Amino acid sequence: MSDNLLTLTDSNFDETLVGADTPVLVDFWAEWCGPCKTIAPILEQIATERSGQLTIGKLNVDDNLATQARFDVMSIPTLILFKGGEPLVRLVGAKGKNQLLEELDRYL
Amino acid sequence: MNSHRQVVIIGSGPAGLTAAIYTARANLEPLVIEGEPSSDSDQPGGQLMLTTEVENFPGFPDGIMGPELMMNCKMQAERFGAEFLTAKVTSVDVSSRPFKIETTTRETFTADAVIVATGARSLMLGLEAEKRLLGYGLSTCATCDGFFHRGFEVGVVGGGDSALEEAMFLSKFATKVYVIHRRAELRASKIMADRAKANPKLEFVWNSVVTDLVGDTTLEAAVLRDVETGEETKLPIHGLFVAIGHIPNTDVFRGILDSDEAGYLKTVGFSTYTNVEGVFACGDVQDHVYRQAITAAGSGCMAAIDCERWLESVHT
Repeated sequence: MSDNLLTLTDSNFDETLVGADTPVLVDFWAEWCGPCKTIAPILEQIATERSGQLTIGKLNVDDNLATQARFDVMSIPTLILFKGGEPLVRLVGAKGKNQLLEELDRYL
Repeated sequence: MNSHRQVVIIGSGPAGLTAAIYTARANLEPLVIEGEPSSDSDQPGGQLMLTTEVENFPGFPDGIMGPELMMNCKMQAERFGAEFLTAKVTSVDVSSRPFKIETTTRETFTADAVIVATGARSLMLGLEAEKRLLGYGLSTCATCDGFFHRGFEVGVVGGGDSALEEAMFLSKFATKVYVIHRRAELRASKIMADRAKANPKLEFVWNSVVTDLVGDTTLEAAVLRDVETGEETKLPIHGLFVAIGHIPNTDVFRGILDSDEAGYLKTVGFSTYTNVEGVFACGDVQDHVYRQAITAAGSGCMAAIDCERWLESVHT
């Protein structure tokens, strides 16, 4: 697993996001979600290609209900980009790599 | 990636992947342009990526998860040398040979033969509010989003097998599932209808269509119109799932390949030949009758065999 791919949980969420050196893209996902699996390898590629500019945090909604509820996630995959712990932009639904980069690069 | 191919397969559901397995085993080194991830349109792996358990695919006595079945098919195709590109096709030029195919990754491929297996996608309601609330209570994927409606009441629009399958899946989480159908009887198969009617959490709302959605940032209610009386009522729900039918993914082939009034590609007789020699169509993109994973896979196999024989005939 790449260094800029973190596993987030209810307990480390705030601490990790506030302390991050780069913006963090949080991927709300679950094992049973087909489209989440489809975009997982794309997110890994983006983590590598945007190394030093962006960190990707994986949050399993099954195991981390509090964080899911806090951000009113009602559909997955949902991606939320955080800077200094504050949410900047929210992308709902699976998207292709180019489309994701287009949305993300303006904030990096 | 080699830009000239004997066979390019567009689409990666059961039809496209079966065509890939067969053409790869025939040493045709197919390139599969598998589509791009999406939650509200077509996507790599096709419609089965949005389902849970597939109970009726032969060979799996205990059932298999839809996404797992498609991942297996992809691995099987890769084992025989099929290559995959995660992109959508933006244009197809069949006016001269080899055929030209352009993709969203700004690559151009040429191909001696093309197998079209782009499938179909879910129809939406066509309401203005849909764009605002998609992902915020309105959903096209019960298996992705059902989880977020634990302890709430939800609705499913539609009366076919897909609608009932979603409704029953949602009944595991929701306190009540309203099945909103524009007719007074279900279109679904008897086994599904019987199961649905026996499910105490399902409540059928007959002769009704959704005319509007209420809620600014999250869905609060659906406005229903009784098609017989014209009366409108507001149904408070936390989630709404749409399963009202499908539309074939044929936009890039419009004006190039012959299609019927509903947009499904036409094939010749019992074959997978289209009106353009060297272009074959298989799966849901040319089938609005059966639309099963197994029939799509079967026609993908037919397309591969048609394609292989056609290539042999033109090369000799």
